[in-house]
Amino acid sequence: MQRESGSAEEPEPPGRRWRRREGRTRTVRSNLLPPPSAEDSVAGATKGERLQRLGCVQHLADNRLKTTKYTLLSFLPKNLFEQFHRLANVYFVFIALLNFVPAVNAFQPGLALAPVLFILAVTAFKDLWEDYSRYRSDHEINHLGCLVFSREEKKYVNRFWKEIRVGDFVRLRCNEIIPADILLLSSSDPDGLCHIETANLDGETNLKRRQVVRGFSELVSEFNPLTFTSVIECEKPNNDLTRFRGCIIHDNGKKAGLYKENLLLRGCTIRNTEAVVGIVIYAGHETKALLNNSGPRYKRSQLERQMNCDVLWCVLLLVCMSLFSAVGHGLWVQRYQDKKALFDVPESDGSSLSPVTAAVYSFLTMIIVLQVLIPISLYVSIEIVKVCQVYFINQDIELYDEETDSQLQCRALNITEDLGQIQYIFSDKTGTLTENKMVFRRCTVSGIEYSHDANAQRLARYQEADSEEEEVPRGGSSQRGSIGSHQSVRILHRSQSTKSYWRTGSRAEAKRASMLSKHTAFSSPMEKDITPDPKLLEKVSECDRYLAISRHQEHPLAQLSPELSDVFDFFIALTICNTVVVTSPDQPRQKVRVRFELKSPVKTIEDFLRRFTPSRLTSGCSSIGSLATTKSSHKSGCSFMSTLSNDSMLLRLEERLGQPAPAIDSNGYSTPADSWEPNSPQEPQPKQELRFEAESPDEAALVYAAKAYNCALVDRLHDQVSVELPHLGRLTFELLHTLGFDSIRKRMSVVIRHPLTDEINVYTKGADSVVMDLLLPCSSDDARGKHQNKIRSKTQNYLNLYAMEGLRTLCIAKRVLSKEEYACWLQSHLEAESSVDNREELLFQSAIRLETNLHLLGATGIEDRLQDGVPETITKLRQAGLQIWVLTGDKQETAINIAYACKLLDHDEEVITLNAESQEACAALLDQCLHHVQSRGSHRPPEKTESSVNVGFSPLYLASTTTTVSGPSPSLVIDGRSLAYALEKNLEDKFLFLAKQCRSVLCCRSTPLQKSMVVKLVRSKLKAMTLAIGDGANDVSMIQVADVGVGISGQEGMQAVMASDFAVPRFRYLERLLIVHGHWCYSRLANMVLYFFYKNTLVTGVLDKDVPAHVLLLKPQLYKSGQNMEEYRPRAFWLNMVDAAFQSLVCFFIPYLAYYDSDVDMFTWGTPITAIALFTFLLHLGIETRTWTWLNWTACVFSIFLFFTVALIYNASCATCYPPSNPYWTMHTLLGDPVFYLICLIAPITALLPRLFFKALQGSLFPTQLQLARQSAKKFPKKPKTHKEILVQKHFPGDPKTELSEGMTMSPSETLSKDCASEASQNTQQPSCSLKTSRELSTVDISMPLREDTMQEGLDAQALGSSRPVEAVLEACPEDSKRKPTSTSQEPPLSSLFNLPSFGSLNWISSLSMVSGLGSVFQFSRSSLHMDKQDGEFPPSPPQPDQDLHGLQGQATDYF
Amino acid sequence: PGGTTKTRRPDNTAFKQQRLPAWQPFLTAGTVLPTFFIIGLIFIPIGIGIFVTSNNIREIEGNVFMYYGLSNFYQNHRRYVKSRDDSQLNGDRSALLNPSKECEPYRRNEDKPIAPCGAIANSMFNDTLELFLVANESDPTLMLIPLKRRGIAWWTDKNVKFRNPPGTESLKERFKDTTHPVNWLKPVYELDPEDEDNNGFINEDFIVWMRTAALPTFRKLYRLIERKNDLHPTLPAGRYYLNITYNYPVHSFDGRKRMILSTVSWMGGKNPFLGIAYITIGSISFLLGVVLLVINHKYRNSSNTADITI
Repeated sequence: MQRESGSAEEPEPPGRRWRRREGRTRTVRSNLLPPPSAEDSVAGATKGERLQRLGCVQHLADNRLKTTKYTLLSFLPKNLFEQFHRLANVYFVFIALLNFVPAVNAFQPGLALAPVLFILAVTAFKDLWEDYSRYRSDHEINHLGCLVFSREEKKYVNRFWKEIRVGDFVRLRCNEIIPADILLLSSSDPDGLCHIETANLDGETNLKRRQVVRGFSELVSEFNPLTFTSVIECEKPNNDLTRFRGCIIHDNGKKAGLYKENLLLRGCTIRNTEAVVGIVIYAGHETKALLNNSGPRYKRSQLERQMNCDVLWCVLLLVCMSLFSAVGHGLWVQRYQDKKALFDVPESDGSSLSPVTAAVYSFLTMIIVLQVLIPISLYVSIEIVKVCQVYFINQDIELYDEETDSQLQCRALNITEDLGQIQYIFSDKTGTLTENKMVFRRCTVSGIEYSHDANAQRLARYQEADSEEEEVPRGGSSQRGSIGSHQSVRILHRSQSTKSYWRTGSRAEAKRASMLSKHTAFSSPMEKDITPDPKLLEKVSECDRYLAISRHQEHPLAQLSPELSDVFDFFIALTICNTVVVTSPDQPRQKVRVRFELKSPVKTIEDFLRRFTPSRLTSGCSSIGSLATTKSSHKSGCSFMSTLSNDSMLLRLEERLGQPAPAIDSNGYSTPADSWEPNSPQEPQPKQELRFEAESPDEAALVYAAKAYNCALVDRLHDQVSVELPHLGRLTFELLHTLGFDSIRKRMSVVIRHPLTDEINVYTKGADSVVMDLLLPCSSDDARGKHQNKIRSKTQNYLNLYAMEGLRTLCIAKRVLSKEEYACWLQSHLEAESSVDNREELLFQSAIRLETNLHLLGATGIEDRLQDGVPETITKLRQAGLQIWVLTGDKQETAINIAYACKLLDHDEEVITLNAESQEACAALLDQCLHHVQSRGSHRPPEKTESSVNVGFSPLYLASTTTTVSGPSPSLVIDGRSLAYALEKNLEDKFLFLAKQCRSVLCCRSTPLQKSMVVKLVRSKLKAMTLAIGDGANDVSMIQVADVGVGISGQEGMQAVMASDFAVPRFRYLERLLIVHGHWCYSRLANMVLYFFYKNTLVTGVLDKDVPAHVLLLKPQLYKSGQNMEEYRPRAFWLNMVDAAFQSLVCFFIPYLAYYDSDVDMFTWGTPITAIALFTFLLHLGIETRTWTWLNWTACVFSIFLFFTVALIYNASCATCYPPSNPYWTMHTLLGDPVFYLICLIAPITALLPRLFFKALQGSLFPTQLQLARQSAKKFPKKPKTHKEILVQKHFPGDPKTELSEGMTMSPSETLSKDCASEASQNTQQPSCSLKTSRELSTVDISMPLREDTMQEGLDAQALGSSRPVEAVLEACPEDSKRKPTSTSQEPPLSSLFNLPSFGSLNWISSLSMVSGLGSVFQFSRSSLHMDKQDGEFPPSPPQPDQDLHGLQGQATDYF
Repeated sequence: PGGTTKTRRPDNTAFKQQRLPAWQPFLTAGTVLPTFFIIGLIFIPIGIGIFVTSNNIREIEGNVFMYYGLSNFYQNHRRYVKSRDDSQLNGDRSALLNPSKECEPYRRNEDKPIAPCGAIANSMFNDTLELFLVANESDPTLMLIPLKRRGIAWWTDKNVKFRNPPGTESLKERFKDTTHPVNWLKPVYELDPEDEDNNGFINEDFIVWMRTAALPTFRKLYRLIERKNDLHPTLPAGRYYLNITYNYPVHSFDGRKRMILSTVSWMGGKNPFLGIAYITIGSISFLLGVVLLVINHKYRNSSNTADITI
């Protein structure tokens, strides 16, 4: 986002000209200062300054949040004004008023006004209620408290958020939410750091580091706001989250730059830092967070838009009809004008109307008479129907999430049917597709693979049992213990933070706080407890033991075998090659406590060290020349530090550093000073639980993994890292440099001094693609080199394997630097650091120089766990014809990895990557890609594409890679910067065109605003229905812009949910929401609206179900009918109109002719017509209704009943009450008239004969997809979903390998579609399918390593069962009987589920557990003894509580 | 979790989960064609029955109804229909003296309220029809057929809707402050010179007229000719003589006047339309059924009959 700050002026409210003049900067100074004197140093801003000082509130936005639309006073006019934007409302009011014109001779004009007023009132009430809830949430936020420095009281006092103003000093404590954009001036952290969690802004849960403004961190005493006299100049408020520029001008005229590292953004949360103080720079609506939130938008569904269009047609029709009759009337009047006909009533003055006037009056009259053509109740009825639909969606038990105890929430009432028409889905990644939980899965060290089977099993178990109370049998008792400890710690932590944070909070606030604190980054047991691979654990402890013995020798590591040394280095690298911060769960960090006694522990240690080493390498000022000379002394210093752990002084220091010495106690010492541990009495566990807070979750996962191997990171300071090993004790590595991760290098490195060997080591961790290329080339001559090469190729193989599994792979490598090499590099590095121009570039080069000739240690496979069922959902949604785009703030590699994992990208599919550094580059790249894509499209041969693809484009160092494998259509990956270019006016068309060609699009590193821009672009340019789904506050704007916004509840706060139209607990529920409910809502509403132009109905709109849910899920293609707007299209409208015209003719002429030349009076003639109309409506509805439930029947019978009852009562109630109409006793007379009945019989049937006939013809000759699906659904009525299916589903973990492949899912459905044509072929097809299944199963049986006898038995049972479906199908299919809920007759779905594509050895664990589960169920169903229990415990409802499952498993094992 | 009862888990009921047992008809030729045949089979006999009945209405047996018919008289004209005051007709005293505005311009005449007011009343049919039987070809004496003036209006109209102003005085007294409609020759209390109880607003001719016809060509019941005994037809064959006292102009609206004598069957007066319509629709339906049968045979779509699915 390279934007001019001036261009971001548009959010500025107008009328602040004085600041425009001021230019592009804002000047902020302390509110505590007295008003500035005339000799204000800031030139050119004097006037503004004074104004600002005189009334800050007027000029700078205060921190009050206001999202409401109305105030009490403005509500009525404003709301009415908005309502009259609806054309229909205007029309209705017009009609109602027209009634009052005497000339049109309306009957009872007052009555006409009632429905309009009712509609307006209902809508107004709804709006009022919505606005009030907005007001309440605003109020809650505005009245959050925080500490603001008060000039009067000279201390920090509690104030509400809304009272904060620019220039105030705010003190924030740990876990507090930042109330405004604040410049960080002081931190309790000794290094002047402050960690914030930005989840509310960008959805990333990792901690970000913010730094105190340079010059303030050196302050010795506590920061005193009263002494702050500097002036801050900064940019005007803008919405760029990633950028902040400015400078601070001190009194002495010195300037210091301000960067985004100094700014704390509103909405973020302070973590790991006890207290910070800052000055407010932007407040309220000027904060970056709020500027990134585009306001709410009135969403109107597409159907409604189309409906409005048809309403307009109706108006036109009405006008035409009225005109026609007006002209006719004029002519008719003219005919009798001179004759003074008896029935021609003259005006009150005796003159008769001229034909023209009569025609005009008649026109108006006709409009009133024919106004029913435009259904006045349409809007109200639609609202009611939608409310009911929303209710049903809310009530769907299959959208209920057991884990979070939340069901789907519909927050927008008026766009349910849009769910059925979505064409593009824009999804956030983190927390939406993934659970945002990184889990260490497997690793390879030195060419040997450690598959961590136990860990995988454990993960599988987590999947089954997420409920906390559940006692799950686990591998080892130690595991259980650690889980228990974790929980207790978490509870403790929660209560404490709640207490410390909310002093004056209401209950709701406290709840919110606890919710927030619960969600500190990466602390689920799934990530923390890793079951180590026994072999590897053995090796690690061997190293540990050995090194503990030989640590004092000259070269301790050299004695180890190369493999073991690799293992050791691997774990050291895992532990320290990161930026993970260690905290103990009892916040705030204890590090803070030390601060007031000793100024800074780091400094102290430095001093301490300095006593032994005159110069230190890490301090940038130290001369390199002295390096060689101080070598020996340095070494002694280091070894002193690491070896003299018994030294009480050092020990105490270390304890003060924070982590109370972990009491593994193999070293024989225990913590002497309990007073250092305030929480120790409350802690039942001897071992202090450590928490690792990382910038990226995979780092945390690696550290946790290392910890599982007893290689625990215990402390990290900015220049040293401590690692705890059981035998070796604490090793403290001197951290010389950290070369941070960047997306171009795709790796990070740390340079450390190894305490054991005193060598300078570089540990590098990075993407395999880059690290493998940087390895030290080794000759294949000597044995060692050969061995190395072998290891590399092995590792590469494993890496490929990991990637296939969808794991995120990282390579770990090491380089040992000689002192000379290091000195040489250090010199250039220091130069780079100190250079002013292109510092980044130089640092980059410097890093590249260092990271060469690496020695490969190993590789890890981390799983960013996908949410349950994400790949399946995506496949289904794809089949449903939805385009899925992923817009994520994450880095490109991660995004691509995830995309592969969730089957968004396919491995044999071309991926176009767009990374451009400039506008021109982007344009060129786009052109190239377009050309490429088009050329692919034009000549088909796939070989051609393979060669032609390399979109060679690499300005500077950017990589434009195009992996090319021929596929159906390519996928597009684009990063944030290129996206910014591509979204420019001149490129957006090209970009869209390219994106349209692509199967899936991935936008990485995109800001919230970019996300919404992309959505907006697709919406407006492609005229497509869009859905945005996300879980974090960073998705809010995207959610708001999209036609349908879906929020994922429960993960990252409620912002996304608040902004969304629908909130689902999990991504996978999207499938059912769209494919089932979306389709239903759309189809119902479309039919209803179509019918509505004809006559109102409610029940159909609410209850009609064209295709049952299971068929819809089975055949996602049916969703396309909604996308293509098949049910509600202009043709249907006009056909309906023609039909309606015919029907009305029938309804008129049959009574007309029947009563021709009789003594019938107006009401006796009119009432049968009404009755006929009613019957016709009902019959018509009967033809249109596709699902008849008792409610439909009741509704129909009730309407008839109501009609007659009301008519009878009305006609008997009063003889003279309803002038000028006087239908007294009409109905009663009619009921005695046989002609009435005869008419009522013939007219509706005549009216509907054609419709029925053509419907039947269409159904027979040209059935639609939906109709076929309905038919097949009826032929194969849904087998009640039983526990077996559920079990199968439950046992599918997120592991993408076990996903039901497309072909598999499709095979039954294809049978379904084909079978309509021929029953016979279908009968042959299905058995063959199940035969295949059983064959597959038998192969599984063989290939699977059988571990336990129970498994064997389970498999046998399964095989036994699978042989049954063949017979079952043979019997059951032809006769199509309803199946009894016994196990045998339900085999078909089961067997089809088993038709898995590959039971490879990779995923045999999960499939094994699945099979065993099934086996147990078979056991169950065969035993009549357990039948009852089973029925009781497993109602045939899909989502099963987890504990049921476990109960089942437990019982099953008992049973075997 | 233990507290499943407190969760927000939706109820697993058939209604809430939209799993109500339902009948899902699927409209194809196969499923629909029985309907067509059934319609045909039912309608054709009904049609024939109605047709026969309608044609069997003989005009002179049983009670004979005497109608006057008007054509091209738009009694359903919007402005015309409104031009009445039901309160006044119901005998409301204040409405009698101060009729509704709807009656304009037939509300007041020469500063006196018109009773009954409005255009409908003003345009009341006021010809007098008398029917004579020429008893003997040779004998020119005419035998007046007795025409019953009462019993031609709805009972509810005469007893509920229409009432004279209350009071014990004579009708003339009760209507004293009013004047008769412009077109009328005599006041409302002198409509029936023979029967005192058939005067004022409850005059049945008046009530019949006030029940405005739905269609421009209409007939209204004028008199009843009661049958005397079962042996003789009510109106024996012979020459009849109709004496019309012509008061009512129809030229102004290009209309025509008719006099109809008719008896009624169970389904009213003679109107062959319904019978024909039933027969036609029945036949068409049958035909369409055949078409569908052919289609169903040609495209052997395996469409089952509708059954209950869940």
